[in-house]
Amino acid sequence: MTTTTTDTPPLLEAVGLTKDFPVRGAGRRRALLRAVDGVDLTVRAGESLGVVGESGCGKSTMGRLLTRLLEPSEGRLTFAGQDITHASRRRLAPIRSRIQMVFQDPYASLNPRQTVGAIISTPLEVHGITPPSGRAARVQELLETVGLNPEHANRFPHEFSGGQRQRIGIARALALEPDVIVADEPVSALDVSIQAQVVNLMQRLQRERGIAFVFIAHDLAVVRHFSQRVMVMYLGAVVESGTREQLYDSPRHPYTRALLSAVPEPDPRRAADAAAARVPLTGDVPSPLDPPSGCRFRTRCPKAAAICAQERPTLVDAGDGHLTACHFPEEG
Amino acid sequence: MAEAMTTTAAPPKPVQEKAPEHRSPARLAWRRFRRDRTGVFAGIVVALFFVAGLGAPLIAKLYGKDPYTTYGQNQSGLLDDFGYPTGRFGGMSSQFWLGVEPELGRDVFTQLLYGIRTSLLIALAIVLLITMAGTLIGLVAGYFGGWVDYALSRVIDVVLCFPSTLFFVAFIPIVTTRFVAPNQQTPTWLIATLLILVLSAFGWPTTARLLRGQTLSLRDREFVQAARVMGVHPMRVLLRELLPNLWTPILISASLNVPAYVTTEAALSYLGAGMIEPTPDWGRMIHRGAEVYNADFTYMLFPGLAMLIFVLAFNLLGDSVRDALDPKSNR
Ligand SMILES: Nc1ncnc2c1ncn2[C@@H]1O[C@H](COP(=O)(O)OP(=O)(O)O)[C@@H](O)[C@H]1O
Ligand code: SF4
Ligand SMILES: [Mg+2]
Repeated sequence: MTTTTTDTPPLLEAVGLTKDFPVRGAGRRRALLRAVDGVDLTVRAGESLGVVGESGCGKSTMGRLLTRLLEPSEGRLTFAGQDITHASRRRLAPIRSRIQMVFQDPYASLNPRQTVGAIISTPLEVHGITPPSGRAARVQELLETVGLNPEHANRFPHEFSGGQRQRIGIARALALEPDVIVADEPVSALDVSIQAQVVNLMQRLQRERGIAFVFIAHDLAVVRHFSQRVMVMYLGAVVESGTREQLYDSPRHPYTRALLSAVPEPDPRRAADAAAARVPLTGDVPSPLDPPSGCRFRTRCPKAAAICAQERPTLVDAGDGHLTACHFPEEG
Repeated sequence: MAEAMTTTAAPPKPVQEKAPEHRSPARLAWRRFRRDRTGVFAGIVVALFFVAGLGAPLIAKLYGKDPYTTYGQNQSGLLDDFGYPTGRFGGMSSQFWLGVEPELGRDVFTQLLYGIRTSLLIALAIVLLITMAGTLIGLVAGYFGGWVDYALSRVIDVVLCFPSTLFFVAFIPIVTTRFVAPNQQTPTWLIATLLILVLSAFGWPTTARLLRGQTLSLRDREFVQAARVMGVHPMRVLLRELLPNLWTPILISASLNVPAYVTTEAALSYLGAGMIEPTPDWGRMIHRGAEVYNADFTYMLFPGLAMLIFVLAFNLLGDSVRDALDPKSNR
């Protein structure tokens, strides 16, 4: 899986992507909540980018910006070279079939009043696509692809389990043969035993069909064997990004190390090491309405020093494309 | 891995012919409703009222009388010298099942049937208009949000705090006198149209507000987001994704509105701002009953009792429908 080369043009590219939500702050004053704060990212054809961070770090908001469910407040978003930052619904229409989304909650992401067949054929109808064998046959084919019984097309969502519903959501996302699928915590709501099956399904789709994925998760374990590149977010901003190997084998940001120490070490020879290096994460994510000065992570960072409160660290390249935003990054 | 996937798929089972339909949300709701005895009983009572009201002409034909003929004046012996029925219980007999009207001597049974018909038809027309307008406005305000929502919500607020009952009582007689020369009878259709339009114009905001709130809570649900990611047109999102999920509040508000508008229409006629003689009307019968109840209690009893039973049954039915559609709410 080393197909990602720098000469393939990026499918999705974000530069300084930012989203502010107007909210009622303390004392009913109008305030702006910066949910996504200047994120840069590129997704190339066929690759899988993992986005990891605790709950409330702005991952969903970023996913919704990438699919243009939300309009960015600042920054630039391009799809296959086309600027779609502020594109209208009409201008987005042709692109809509190429970026799809899989949602977190399998109980809320399917319309309870529609049959599974109607749900999966909606994208075909909307884009006026009638496959030679007909839409019904295409729906059955899609159900089979995601490992469901094609004869269940006339059933309603409530007749399926959480894992099966998530497969239906994936079938719907596949219907238009997209180039990119943004999956927002697609397995977080599922039992651990079922999580692996659904991740495997998406991995198979990525390999066999060359679909690029932006895979959002709140822990590093899920992303580990799926994403070639991983981005760690904290309070709306990227704190570290690099290849899977760079992040898992030599994490440089204290936040990444803390997230990793929450993941059980699969290699028993290194388990003792891992236990020794364990830096548990304490406390909660601060409110994005009132973020800490300087480094956003300093309120929870074991290495925080005076400079961390004054100067906000910028993302620095260690030389090999491994970016870290920390004044005192770990070496090796 | 691919093998592992296929083994987790549900094994192909022999599909029963009717199985899928049985499990649609509407079917499940119907099953729950059928198990609710009170609901079914109330439903039968309400259905009887509909049959009695809407089938009034047919029933009157079989029964052999109409609500206009002054039997008591044409036929001696039915009314005494003071104009009250001679027989006991308001003159109830095998000929006049619910007695005869004091003074004019009309048949009470057909008058009640036709009265129910008038009130019910007017109430149904109002509820239909209110439900359609309220649903549409609530959906649009809730889904599009922003300034659209702001503007519509202000209109809703203004209309809601308008003293509407006072307005009807003052306004309806004035309009009828404008349209109709003093020496002419006000045509029934004019009063009916006026009642329907005016009551609907003031009635839609409650439904709109309810539907707006429901739409707001659905708007951010992921299946709506999914539709938007697919590029579904906003109108289609409203009609195909949101509306089918709003049948419960729509049906509940309509089922509460029917008895409410039957009584409102009756109240307006009672106050003299609604239907006028000789059109049979439920509310006007009660009004007349209140005038004569000292001497002829029966004439007040039947229309009043019928309305009480109707409102009670309709509300019980509404409760059962809600429980059947939304089983979580009664836990
Ligand atoms: N529509 C919105 N209006 C106001 N605040 C929002 C909205 N959506 C998200 N937020 C806020 O933005 C922050 C990031 O949320 P989200 O993107 O859902 O994070 P995550 O998916 O990482 O849990 C949270 O503090 C959340 O409260
Ligand atoms: S900049 Fe300072 S506070 Fe922030 S992560 Fe690095 S050491 Fe910790
Ligand atoms: Mg989220």
